Amino acid sequence: MSLLDSTFWEVFLASLSPEIWKDLWGPVGETLYMTAISSVIMLVFGIVIGILLDITNPNGLIPLKVSYTLSGWMINCLRSLPQMIMIILMIPVARLIFGKSYGTNACIIAIAASCIPMYARIVESSLLEIDKGKIEAAQAMGSKNISIVFKVLLPETLPSLIRGFTVSVITVLSMTALAGMFGAGGIGDIAVRYGYQRFQHDRLFACVYILIILVQLIQGIGNLVSKRILKTRNLV
Amino acid sequence: MSAYLKIKDLHKSFYPHGQQLKVLDGIDLEVEKGEIFGIIGFSGAGKSTLARCINRLEKADSGTIELGDTDILSLSKDQLLKQRHKMGMIFQNFNLFDSMTVYQNIAYPLEISGVPRKEIKQRVLETAELVGLTEKLKAHPGALSGGQKQRVGIARAIVTKPDFIISDEATSALDPQTTIQILDLLKEINEKYGITILMITHELDAIRYTCGRMAVLEGGKITESGLVRDIFENPHSKTGELFAKVFMLFQSPEFTKGEGI
Repeated sequence: MSLLDSTFWEVFLASLSPEIWKDLWGPVGETLYMTAISSVIMLVFGIVIGILLDITNPNGLIPLKVSYTLSGWMINCLRSLPQMIMIILMIPVARLIFGKSYGTNACIIAIAASCIPMYARIVESSLLEIDKGKIEAAQAMGSKNISIVFKVLLPETLPSLIRGFTVSVITVLSMTALAGMFGAGGIGDIAVRYGYQRFQHDRLFACVYILIILVQLIQGIGNLVSKRILKTRNLV
Repeated sequence: MSAYLKIKDLHKSFYPHGQQLKVLDGIDLEVEKGEIFGIIGFSGAGKSTLARCINRLEKADSGTIELGDTDILSLSKDQLLKQRHKMGMIFQNFNLFDSMTVYQNIAYPLEISGVPRKEIKQRVLETAELVGLTEKLKAHPGALSGGQKQRVGIARAIVTKPDFIISDEATSALDPQTTIQILDLLKEINEKYGITILMITHELDAIRYTCGRMAVLEGGKITESGLVRDIFENPHSKTGELFAKVFMLFQSPEFTKGEGI
């Protein structure tokens, strides 16, 4: 049903009908799959790179000016690419790894490549927020750098790391929708093929509902977890 | 009694905006084993820098620091970590780890120095009892009052059984009553375990209440040192005079309405 020949109300009612939703669960699964795998990859690499950025910072635990400047420059380069261009750029890489340039897995590479640098920066800024006195206390007690990172730095900034991760997962989700245009499947694919190319606005509406619900869920879980941690620590 | 901490001709400069700022300008200092030695000075006198040079949180430019038989400034990185296990530090802002419970905070220095788990438990419980925190072991620092937080700070500093503790403005963020309690605790651990304490502060009362000997730090130099009583009664330096004057003023009946300090 289209807004071109039906009223908004009719399209709205149609968007709730079972026929539309029964075709949506598959794409929802694809979207969730892409979001989950990309988020895990982003989490692992983002945390590692974020820690490296934080400790090689001129005021960090192991200041390495050259490496810090170089890696910062590389991250800025990657971050200056719009997501769509990153998807196109990663097509040959996906072909190299998976043997085909389209599909859900192929797009995960592009999503990871685009979101890792962003999350790494978010991790870095979370880690920089720590009260320097805590690091100093740990040093004064004779901590090795590795204990400082894993026993002090990460646990102390955990609530902030979780909030940053929540924001990043939502960015991943929005990028999966974009990747739908490039053969990744998922909700974005439905929205483009039916909503945009065939004017089936009822299906488009349904996609919008799903995205809104997913974002609310992700943000809600993120807030809940980080708040819970702060509560255990008596900081709120 | 022999000098335990010996500092000779210690220099340290910072270069904010490219200009040299001499924070420590030839410090000579001797602290005897088992005493509580006070260092007093105004903000910016170089007190904290001096404290941080002793455990090498800050690297001194020149001079020597000897603690017992150890030449602090010539220690390798590994040796320095081991040496730091043997000296505690207490901070004005407590610097406790919010992610850990009180128990875990006190256990942390033992964990990183590889003490077996069983012994950790025993030592933490002992120390918690000494500082009066047995009831709070499962709480997080966020739930504690300032005085309790500093007790955790002290417990964390003494749980490794160090010979030497640096107290960097340990009571400056606390109210007068809590200050007295924390100073009593410092005196207690000093008497009980013979731990040498270097107390850095800008609070006159804290020094008078706790220390036998003291030094006045002014513009990166020790301007006078000796018995606390002598310096308060007969100050020779500008800072010493000013402190003595302030102290007399606070003690005078007109000011305190006869209630004393």
